[in-house]
Amino acid sequence: MTVVPLGIPRRLLEFTLDGERVRGAEGSTILDACRAAGKDIPTLCQGDTLAPKNACRVCVVEVEGSRTLVPACSRKAEPGMEVKTDTERARHSRKIVLELLASSVDMSTTPRVAEWIKEYEAKPDRFGPDAARLNEEPKIDNDLYVRDYDKCILCYKCVDACGDQWQNSFAISVAGRGFDARIAVEHDAPLTDSACVYCGNCIEVCPTGALSFKSEFDMRAAGTWDESQQTETTTVCAYCGVGCNLTLHVQDNEIVKVTSPHDNPVTHGNLCIKGRFGYQHVQNRD
Amino acid sequence: MDLHFGDSKPTDDERAAVDALLGPPVSSWEGATRDEMRAADLRWARGGREARDRRDLLLPGLHAINDRVGWISEGALDYLCRRLTVPPSEAYGVATFYAMFSVKPRPATVLHVCTDLACAAAGASELCAGIEAQLGLGSGVSVERSPCLGLCERAPAALAIKAGDPVRTAVSAPATVHDAVLAASAPDSAPEEPPAAMAVPQAGDPSLTLLRRVGVVDPASLDDYRAHGGYTALRRAFELGPAGVIREVTDSGLVGRGGAAFPTGRKWQATASQPDHPHYVVCNADESEPGTFKDRVIMEGDPYALVEAMTIAAYATGAHRGYLYLRGEYPRALHRLEHALAQARARGVLGDDILGQGYAFDIEIRRGAGAYICGEETALFNSIEGYRGEPRSKPPFPVEKGLFGKPTVENNVETLVNVLPILTMGAPAYAAVGTAKSTGPKLFCVSGSVERPGIYELPFGATLGELLELAGIRKRLRAVLLGGAAGGFVRPDELDIPLTFEGTREAGTALGSGVVMAFDDTVPLPRLLLRIAEFFRDESCGQCVPCRVGTVRQEEALHRIVERTGAATADDIALLREVGRAMRDASICGLGQTAWNAVESAIDRLGAYE
Repeated sequence: MTVVPLGIPRRLLEFTLDGERVRGAEGSTILDACRAAGKDIPTLCQGDTLAPKNACRVCVVEVEGSRTLVPACSRKAEPGMEVKTDTERARHSRKIVLELLASSVDMSTTPRVAEWIKEYEAKPDRFGPDAARLNEEPKIDNDLYVRDYDKCILCYKCVDACGDQWQNSFAISVAGRGFDARIAVEHDAPLTDSACVYCGNCIEVCPTGALSFKSEFDMRAAGTWDESQQTETTTVCAYCGVGCNLTLHVQDNEIVKVTSPHDNPVTHGNLCIKGRFGYQHVQNRD
Repeated sequence: MDLHFGDSKPTDDERAAVDALLGPPVSSWEGATRDEMRAADLRWARGGREARDRRDLLLPGLHAINDRVGWISEGALDYLCRRLTVPPSEAYGVATFYAMFSVKPRPATVLHVCTDLACAAAGASELCAGIEAQLGLGSGVSVERSPCLGLCERAPAALAIKAGDPVRTAVSAPATVHDAVLAASAPDSAPEEPPAAMAVPQAGDPSLTLLRRVGVVDPASLDDYRAHGGYTALRRAFELGPAGVIREVTDSGLVGRGGAAFPTGRKWQATASQPDHPHYVVCNADESEPGTFKDRVIMEGDPYALVEAMTIAAYATGAHRGYLYLRGEYPRALHRLEHALAQARARGVLGDDILGQGYAFDIEIRRGAGAYICGEETALFNSIEGYRGEPRSKPPFPVEKGLFGKPTVENNVETLVNVLPILTMGAPAYAAVGTAKSTGPKLFCVSGSVERPGIYELPFGATLGELLELAGIRKRLRAVLLGGAAGGFVRPDELDIPLTFEGTREAGTALGSGVVMAFDDTVPLPRLLLRIAEFFRDESCGQCVPCRVGTVRQEEALHRIVERTGAATADDIALLREVGRAMRDASICGLGQTAWNAVESAIDRLGAYE
């Protein structure tokens, strides 16, 4: 029998969500309550394995008595709070955030963003052909993964995963300021000169595909990447005794990338270089 | 933590600069060379909390290197990281956050030429072009266009910083091409800056409260400060006890003068009652709102007043350590305050046993490095702690989790010095000054198109017209900017607006930090608006999308319509409004939330593009 740790019992608190009374555990966020109630709030920088950074502001909702909109991903539910998720004001900010991002960043590989752009009637082209874009070239400096910062929305998730929230390698950081801010290693050096240990935990949390396996990057460039043809098989990593879960993404009988289930109580989606990238021997047929 | 260092080595200068701040390295782990070391020490490493807890010395360390050599090289950054157990990537992220640092080689002398509002109106772009023509490549001076230097009463202004040991600075204001070039090429022989009192046209007027000592006392002399009523407020505070002081401040109705107008007494009470310890007092002297220079004048003209006021704030809130976060562009205020702190320690009004009362308190100055956002209270904490100066999300509020995660009371310079008259006059007498909702005296920074620009002290409730009359209003006034770049424009026919928090709010504008900038019709309004948008684009920290990209899109739109009027601007104005609304609603901090205010007011109130 699997023992499920329940933790310390938490108090429930009651508040209003779009006119309905809802209950949430003490310490839970507005977003938790929205999801429990089946409301689809868009999120980009929010990560299920990371502390909310609330940088993208696409999940903003209206809270009675608050001067500004509040990010649903990080604002803790309070008793008696009145939250409205679908007001004109909240939808306007979401629309503008999507327009601002899509007009400056390549969002072609961001899951669901096309759907949201349609839903919120966002028009990223309205800023004209001269609107500033990131204009970054993909950084290909190692055989394992590619950093295509033209797709980076600066959500801080890779930095948090590399730093004190998971890996403690601190190989990358946000450098520069404002629109010129970019994720970089020190002195903007290649990854091979940095503290990177190639665990790939940054790829695991990247919401836009800015960080991707070299295999995925090459297949996309060649036009052969096809998720509909891929199977996902979760198995146990055979390298050491920890027993991390690996999810192998296979296309045409080749492993094309490796992820890890985020709900795994041991790894929370994190792996090391061996589990993440050390699969070539499986398919070495010579 | 997995520290990885490259092969770059620091130069002797860079190493000396860091060692002067941190002391010599104690082991080879910290970067000491082998031949200097006793063999026994070679494998010794400082570890754990003791090593990591010095992260807050990162910004002073970056300053030390930049002051000595003018830029921060790979070797220097690596050495500093080794000494402080900081990952180089994070230190690089911090170094590239601040405008005054460079991670690329540049000449030892940097001349910052202000191109912000007051200076722009006083011909900064011609000045800049003239200077750049004379100080081209190979001149040994790097000319950088800078946001507001806080010298608006003497616009246009330039600040030269020459790296070396010690670093030299010179201010040229009002600057001519000749003077600025001279200041940059020989900062030591540049003419002395005029005394701070020159910025106070009312100096010497006995009816002044906050400014009464500026120009009257010798800012270097503690005795002179005492002879003019200094330290009577602190004595009174010791008589009242911490709770009594908070009661007086609460009863006085004092609200924050930095722009947010939060009741100071409530803030102090909330901090004092936190069970978590230690408590900290932080003075926000990162005065960077374009058009604001009141805090500089206080710090240069009456530095002991701020030291005394911070001591009272600390005593009331149970803090024993204070930080004074001073903007990096204020070299004279830095010297005056450093001297004042040293004198105060030597004379027992700072230190372990203040005035023999058994109460211990000391102040440390931390220098900013060119980032407007660090004036946001939580960004300022991150900056002191050695992180990028990005605002934190609130709640939790600083009174609960502030500097180093501890309860912190953070006040603006002007707010703090108001505490002195509150204690010496008593709360009722203080509250009788001004209006019922805005009590006390207020400092106004008047600049632009007036005869006598400078700091004016008036009781709350005086009208805009009365203030401008005092400063010598000029003909053909086109617009007045209240509250700085984050404030709003008003028309010349609105001079009866009372200068109070409630009065300006009623008039649909904001008092902000007390900026009053007058523009006549020689300055094309669209250019000013474009400059404001450029300012916010440059100063956005980049953390949240509405501000990071929104400020860029706004600047682009204002650029498109800079020469247009009427129907040709309608689409872009609609776009500005939509983006501005999302910035106001969805940005993390006050910078993004207010970045659109001034432009919006110019369109709505002044009809800027009609």
